[in-house]
Amino acid sequence: MHVDWETLGAIAVVAAAAAVSVVLLVSLALVASSSRAGDPAAGGRTPGGTAVAGLCLLAAALLVGYGVHLIIA
Amino acid sequence: MDASLIVVVVVITALIFDFTNGFHDTANAMATSIATGAFRPRTAVTIAACLNVVGAFLSVEVARTISGGLVDEALISPVVIFAGLVGAILWNLVTWYLGLPSSSSHALFGGLIGATWVAGGAGAIDFDAVLNKIVLPAVLAPVLAALIALTATYLAYRVTARSEPGEVSRGFRHGQRISSSMLALAHGTNDAQKTMGVITLTLITAGTLAPGSGPPFWVVLTAGLAIGLGTYMGGWRIIRTLGTRVSDLHSTQGFSAETTSTAVILASSHLGLPLSTTQVCTGSIFGAGAGRRLASVHWGVAGRIALAWAFTLPSAAVVGAAASWLAATGTGGVVVVAVGGIALSAGIYAASRRDQVTADNVTDLPQPPPADVPAAPAGSDVAA
Repeated sequence: MHVDWETLGAIAVVAAAAAVSVVLLVSLALVASSSRAGDPAAGGRTPGGTAVAGLCLLAAALLVGYGVHLIIA
Repeated sequence: MDASLIVVVVVITALIFDFTNGFHDTANAMATSIATGAFRPRTAVTIAACLNVVGAFLSVEVARTISGGLVDEALISPVVIFAGLVGAILWNLVTWYLGLPSSSSHALFGGLIGATWVAGGAGAIDFDAVLNKIVLPAVLAPVLAALIALTATYLAYRVTARSEPGEVSRGFRHGQRISSSMLALAHGTNDAQKTMGVITLTLITAGTLAPGSGPPFWVVLTAGLAIGLGTYMGGWRIIRTLGTRVSDLHSTQGFSAETTSTAVILASSHLGLPLSTTQVCTGSIFGAGAGRRLASVHWGVAGRIALAWAFTLPSAAVVGAAASWLAATGTGGVVVVAVGGIALSAGIYAASRRDQVTADNVTDLPQPPPADVPAAPAGSDVAA
């Protein structure tokens, strides 16, 4: 009996990296754009926070875009 | 039986299987989105149906490889394929009635293996391939997906812990609309092609198509439409199980589960070891449930689902074998199998009418709660 552990391992690593990255990036974007970001006393979002949120979402979108590319190609 | 007539019968049976595949698997992509309110139930199934049809047209890679391995193609006849499909359809209907997400691919392979066993003996089945392509992935896929989803969900809760819960929840609900659509598209490129592969294989064994040819356009079109229509019908019973019976899912968990499922399915199909969509998605949902709080998962439901998985291949194989044995006796046998299959399907449908699950009550909470959940305080229990 031959079990293809190498492929299974590769699937585990690639899928874990992709899924955790996307979820973390979206989480960070939500935290950065949250009204509680920055100085809690000041309230309201900061320009810096919005920029970070935008970058995180862009990175997540690139990963998702690569996924779409994989589905279509 | 007339060769062209049996081919027509097989094509119709294959499309019926495709239809059951569609409503069986709507839950994979949409159960969590419906449960968290990211999509309204009707909207969710419509989007999933459209993306499944689109997915069917995007690639024919799976359809080309469906006949490779598992059973000896030289021993397969259209009658054997017909018998295998009947086994797969009946098992899909039984698990749908019970609201259990089981793999349609395993039902299909089980039916074909049983039918081939009767027609060509045990030697016609490649048991090494069965172990490697079905049994092992069936054990590993849900565990892998559950572990990844658990990690992702735990991290998402940790990172967003100090943000405003309402904002986070809204943000992840927006994310879910994208993640569940991706999942539906990935599903379409995979599952519609199983039926295309079966129909193409039938046409090849009947001599209508040259060996090695891809599916003709009408096969792609009808298979895509059949799975899309099935998806649109919405397997509400299974959506209810995955969406509200596994755990009380929040949008953070839904997003993590769907993202994990998509990542695992895409990684596995591109690294050449396709895993069952259903098992990956079910594993992710359990993992996401456990990522918030281990105790919030109804592990009894997991046990029932695992039991259904263990029985899927053998049960479909037994029905496929019986159907193959009957159908091999000639035209009369094929008619008996067809009529018997229709009668059993109608019976299951009639039984399901007594306890209907529709778009309107799909997100209702269980009542009374499953036995493995800590009982509600005395007196608050409402008898159903």
